[in-house]
Amino acid sequence: MGVHQNIEKAAAATLPFLAEDGPKAYAGFKKGDWNKEIDVRNFIQLNYTPYEGADDFLAGPTAATTKLWDAVLELMKEENKKGVLDADTEVVSSIVSHAPGYINKDLEKIVGLQTDAPLKRALMPYGGLKMAVAALESNGYKISEKTAEIFQKHRKTHNDGVFDIYTPEIRRARSAGIVTGLPDAYGRGRIIGDYRRVALYGIDKLMEDKKAQHASLDGNVLSEETLRLREEISEQYRSLAELKEMGAAHGFDIGRPAENAQEAIQWLYLGYLAAIKEQNGAAMSLGRTTTFLDIYIQRDLDNGIITEAEAQELMDHFVMKLRMVRFMRTPDYNALFSGDPVWVTESIGGMGIDGRTLVTKSSFRVLQTLINLGPAPEPNLTVLWSEHMPKGFKDYCSKVSIETSSVQYENDDLMRRYWGDDYGIACCVSAMRIGKQMQFFGARANLAKAMLYAINGGIDEKTGKQVGPQARPITGDVLEWDELEPLYDQMLDWIAKVYVQALNCIHFSHDKYNYERVEMALHDRDILRTMACGIAGLSVVADSISAIKNTKVKIVRNDEGLAVDYEVEGDFPCFGNNDDSVDVIAEDIMKKFMDKIRNQPMYRNATPTQSVLTITSNVVYGKKTGSTPDGRKAGEPFAPGANPMHGRDKKGALASMKSLCKLPYEDSQDGISYTFSIIPGALGKDEAERINNLSNLLDGYMHDMGHHINVNVFDRKTLEDAMEHPELYPQLTVRVSGYAVNFVKLTREQQMDVINRTFHGQR
Amino acid sequence: MQDTMGYVHSVETGGTVDGPGLRYIVFTSGCPLRCLYCHNPDTLKLKAGNQSSAYELLKDISTYRTYFETGGGGLTVSGGEPMAQKEFLKTLLWGCNQMGVHTTVDTSGYLHANLDDETIDMADLYLLDIKSWVPETYKKVTGVEIGPTLEFAKRLEKMEKDVWIRFVLVPGLTDAPENVEGVAKFVSQLGNVKRVDVLPFHKMGEHKWQSMGKSYQLKDTREPTAEETEAAKDTFRKYGLDVH
Repeated sequence: MGVHQNIEKAAAATLPFLAEDGPKAYAGFKKGDWNKEIDVRNFIQLNYTPYEGADDFLAGPTAATTKLWDAVLELMKEENKKGVLDADTEVVSSIVSHAPGYINKDLEKIVGLQTDAPLKRALMPYGGLKMAVAALESNGYKISEKTAEIFQKHRKTHNDGVFDIYTPEIRRARSAGIVTGLPDAYGRGRIIGDYRRVALYGIDKLMEDKKAQHASLDGNVLSEETLRLREEISEQYRSLAELKEMGAAHGFDIGRPAENAQEAIQWLYLGYLAAIKEQNGAAMSLGRTTTFLDIYIQRDLDNGIITEAEAQELMDHFVMKLRMVRFMRTPDYNALFSGDPVWVTESIGGMGIDGRTLVTKSSFRVLQTLINLGPAPEPNLTVLWSEHMPKGFKDYCSKVSIETSSVQYENDDLMRRYWGDDYGIACCVSAMRIGKQMQFFGARANLAKAMLYAINGGIDEKTGKQVGPQARPITGDVLEWDELEPLYDQMLDWIAKVYVQALNCIHFSHDKYNYERVEMALHDRDILRTMACGIAGLSVVADSISAIKNTKVKIVRNDEGLAVDYEVEGDFPCFGNNDDSVDVIAEDIMKKFMDKIRNQPMYRNATPTQSVLTITSNVVYGKKTGSTPDGRKAGEPFAPGANPMHGRDKKGALASMKSLCKLPYEDSQDGISYTFSIIPGALGKDEAERINNLSNLLDGYMHDMGHHINVNVFDRKTLEDAMEHPELYPQLTVRVSGYAVNFVKLTREQQMDVINRTFHGQR
Repeated sequence: MQDTMGYVHSVETGGTVDGPGLRYIVFTSGCPLRCLYCHNPDTLKLKAGNQSSAYELLKDISTYRTYFETGGGGLTVSGGEPMAQKEFLKTLLWGCNQMGVHTTVDTSGYLHANLDDETIDMADLYLLDIKSWVPETYKKVTGVEIGPTLEFAKRLEKMEKDVWIRFVLVPGLTDAPENVEGVAKFVSQLGNVKRVDVLPFHKMGEHKWQSMGKSYQLKDTREPTAEETEAAKDTFRKYGLDVH
């Protein structure tokens, strides 16, 4: 309706035949398919302005920005002391559950908080009541009895659903920690709504479209699939109405499209806000929004409506909000994913399939927030790196990385072949076409522990319980690969089966009891679903096999005869040194396990994928895994993601990268994570050299088809000092596998793990 | 050329401070000098290194060409003293020349007379360490005479090879004004010096001396302050040199 009113207004203002053909919101935009159907990519392609220059146009923070950010920092300081600043114990969070909250209404250019007060955490029990209660209790809060009763007596949660259908075998595997981090008690996340649609089309148009989608299924055979889709679309439609209502409560008519830059950011943010009010998913990523927003910013700049300082202010205020996203988490969850992560991942830059760069001035502006507001782990700023991007942007990225260690890089030249040029990253490394694809998040299987099961005939090396299928154990004193290989292969078959079964249970239940209404409302009707499996312990497995093949690995048994430790005699090639004899082993394991996953039936006909990513859970996986044949002792952390084991990559940065680049993306389409740490002095003598060398490192890595790289530039001393004096380093940001954290918020064990990793250049 | 075996202490991929761009650095073992501040004392003895084939190293180097191309980098042979194994050095340089990979040699020049012009010409860039100007100081710091180093500098000028000069600033040892000034003046008169690196003395090698059971003579020497380093750099700048 808003659309029609605007047309009438415009027409009435001048002679009808001179009136703009379209609403005011679209004045100056090139028309195309996006006017006929929901097609944000087409809008971007027709209207964005590529930017090939340097960073000299950027503006610093305005006085309002600094004042507002200081207020937020105060709140965060308070929060750091208490763990949680405030929490709702009664009202179940929904898109419209809370009245609008503000930090300082007069200063905020972009508004909207998850609850009625800044950093106050919402109550979200749909994933699992137990988890919600435990999260509150561990922080000194108690859930309201009335609210608890609803979920005990009247409303089933996702967690209840999963445990109704899990098999005993899955439960055993889960508690032994051979599959871990499964989203069976919390929101699965890793779904990106196309929040840009809210700004470009307005809610009214989107609701109209959902109505049409529903009607398009009227004539179908009402199969179970169609029935489900019809119900889901109805839910989506309803969530959009709530989103519009939430907008109105903040004083905005988001029924109509956004008419200027401020509105575009505000509308988009409200869409995202609705998602995080409804879901506390493990990763609540933003998508690929800055080049889209740049079109509005550029139009306002061209029309003299805003200045560069004001444009930057909008971006700073937007990012400030993204830095304030919070969820209630349990201590168990924090042990896996430390430092309060929410993975508000924003994908920046890249190239279009027509050869133009997708870098705009706003790609710079969003990175500039790290300078204006200081380093921060969120939003998870992710540069889609292409060798073909303009040098000015590459060097600016390197500069910001060196200064803040807050940026990660993923290979656009590689992913564009798979996902086109309008994909974004969910969580850490998971690429998906925006609004056209989602994933069923699947955590990971522990392949190192699986090897120990193969050696011990399915008996858990820590508990002595039979967890895996009863198989022939290795009975000799020395490990022989010819003997172990078929046993390991069988064990991997078993894990693949149990693992995918668990994921099928989880997502069946999640769709039913914790459906992402508003996120899915910002998707097309028919989407691609991937089943995102994952593996942990890749370098442990590769090095173990290398040790078994190249040296004598003696088995140490406990009183029950269980293999619990290994003595390695001699040296063996380790993953991370560009040595094919072991790098190929890693490659083969990845392929082999992916093929085993591919053989399993998938819920909702999802396309199976896999990732090599651990985030900070490499520490917990290590804890749950006994000694391994590579000489790693029981309980010691794994390397994060696809990293070489700490200190075993001895030939320097390039050799380590070379090994990573050999891991095949086609068998790991959900991402391959590599965390790289280097001391500033090892990047060059002065800033100009360091920037140049880092850009070159990234170009080389991407050219060789490396997928992902976290870049940390600091020395061990800084981290050690931060452990001793955390109060001096409130914003010290460290990239870990796939995301960034405030170093001082990590557990002591995780801090030690970060300090013990390979720092290139430190001899 | 035939494959040659050489003693190699270690290999570092991705070095950025020993020549331009991203570099593959081969640290050879064996050095005739005994510099007091040596931060790689574990490379002093020839046979402390592992026997390595030049061909195998060249094969490995070839896999990093992407990084050399994007970053203008290449091979740096450092040590130890690369010239202590002249055939091995020659084979490495020759192989890289054939592959079009940029080559740098990090040397004191003390042994240059053993190398023919053909070999010298195979490297694109020399990092020439002039450890002191005052002959007595040079002898004190390195244990050897300064003559061959200065001769080599002139030989490189004659052969029109690019040179980066390196000077390590050690308080109380090499920082006397006439010592710094002397190097600066000499270097400024050469026509082929592209850059000067003034390296502030650091003690990161101290633990290596200890672990080798040797006494570290500079254990009471302090690292220079930023101001002192800057002042030494200014001395070089005064002579119109590009100082880093």
